[in-house]
Amino acid sequence: MRVRFWGTRGSLPVGLTVADVRDKLAQALVAASGRRFDSYGEAYEFAREQLPFSVSQTFGGHTSCVELDFGRDEYFVCDMGSGARAFGDHIAARQGGKPATIHIFMSHMHWDHIMGFPFFGPAYRRGTQIRIYGCHQVLEQAFRLQMSPPCFPVMFDQLAADIEFVRLRSGSAYEVAGMRVTPQLQRHSGDSYGFRFEVAGRSLVYTTDSEHKLEDRAQTEAIIAFFRDADLVIFDAMYSLAEAISVKEDWGHSSNVVGVELCQRANVKHLVLFHHEPANSDAAIEGALRDARRLEELTRGSAPLRVSAAHDGLEIEL
Amino acid sequence: MALEHRTYGTARVVTPRGRLDHDTCDTFQADLAIELDACARDGAALVLDMSKLEYVSSAGLRCLMIAARQASARNSRVVASAPQAVVAEILQISRFNLVLPVFATTREALASVSPDALAAFDRG
Repeated sequence: MRVRFWGTRGSLPVGLTVADVRDKLAQALVAASGRRFDSYGEAYEFAREQLPFSVSQTFGGHTSCVELDFGRDEYFVCDMGSGARAFGDHIAARQGGKPATIHIFMSHMHWDHIMGFPFFGPAYRRGTQIRIYGCHQVLEQAFRLQMSPPCFPVMFDQLAADIEFVRLRSGSAYEVAGMRVTPQLQRHSGDSYGFRFEVAGRSLVYTTDSEHKLEDRAQTEAIIAFFRDADLVIFDAMYSLAEAISVKEDWGHSSNVVGVELCQRANVKHLVLFHHEPANSDAAIEGALRDARRLEELTRGSAPLRVSAAHDGLEIEL
Repeated sequence: MALEHRTYGTARVVTPRGRLDHDTCDTFQADLAIELDACARDGAALVLDMSKLEYVSSAGLRCLMIAARQASARNSRVVASAPQAVVAEILQISRFNLVLPVFATTREALASVSPDALAAFDRG
């Protein structure tokens, strides 16, 4: 199974500013001072190998969109944030003119998780089969609403693809194109749902826009059971712990610290920090990753937990 | 979790021991509430001497934040002191050093509370 991150930012897409790019260049030049590069290749290798990620690259700014590639002809994706546009281009390039079948799993219907759909190319292609799965009663309504006046010039009914909405129930397991999918209710304004995917002995949990009330033991135990022994957990780590339980309490998001703790207790193999706060710079996200890795080191039990931070374009092979 | 306390002028120094995590936080919170009541009654600040604390989890940190809020609502305050290296790092990682003033020593924490608390500490 391969996981491709097309959008990893929370709440709102962001882009690098002129000041951000200048800052990265200045930091790179300082880091390279005294060195000599005789070719573009040497300079490229230096940038890739020697500079911190936050200097030579960027976590990116598209909102939630994560593809799960099981090596099948059909496509599977979680959420339709602004990353869905690039995902649509990827499908078009790979299909080479053939219509595609796409399974979309929706965590919830907040704007940052649906905003990419009006720009999702395959939806405009006749013959494309799109099945949109979710637990919300307003699943279809939300997609139709954002593609209606005065929000968007193309009406939902004008889309050429064959689109079907499939309502799921939290806690029930489903077979979708040979894959087992289990949604679970999460704490978020208007509710959100995490998804556990299991196929060919591998398991992945996609859990974004989920607040963890530390005093709610029943919820904590349910989450640990949901995460249990997963190969990969993609986790909402939008805030620091201090923010998540003080000034941003009840905003519906979690932290890097709680991600590490829950995954350690659930014997997860790999935690990926996700849904980055749009106000955070690349350096701030890199700092949150460094902190999470250090916490894991300080509190490690018998098995290590690998910790990463998602960025647009990241691919993880399970 | 056992809570010891000592009084220095207008400060009550409370010393939790062991691990403050999801298994111990409920008891700790109940015991700490008693100490906070005493502080409110005596017009004292509460100093959490963390020198005997081996580990604090997110659930434990939440207890500390609630204590800080409760103290503030009653015109009192909570400060922390002398964390062991691991706990100090966890406070930093979780950004709790922005929620709760943390001092390297209990003497420094008492000095931040009041001159008479510091004088009482120095008298032994």
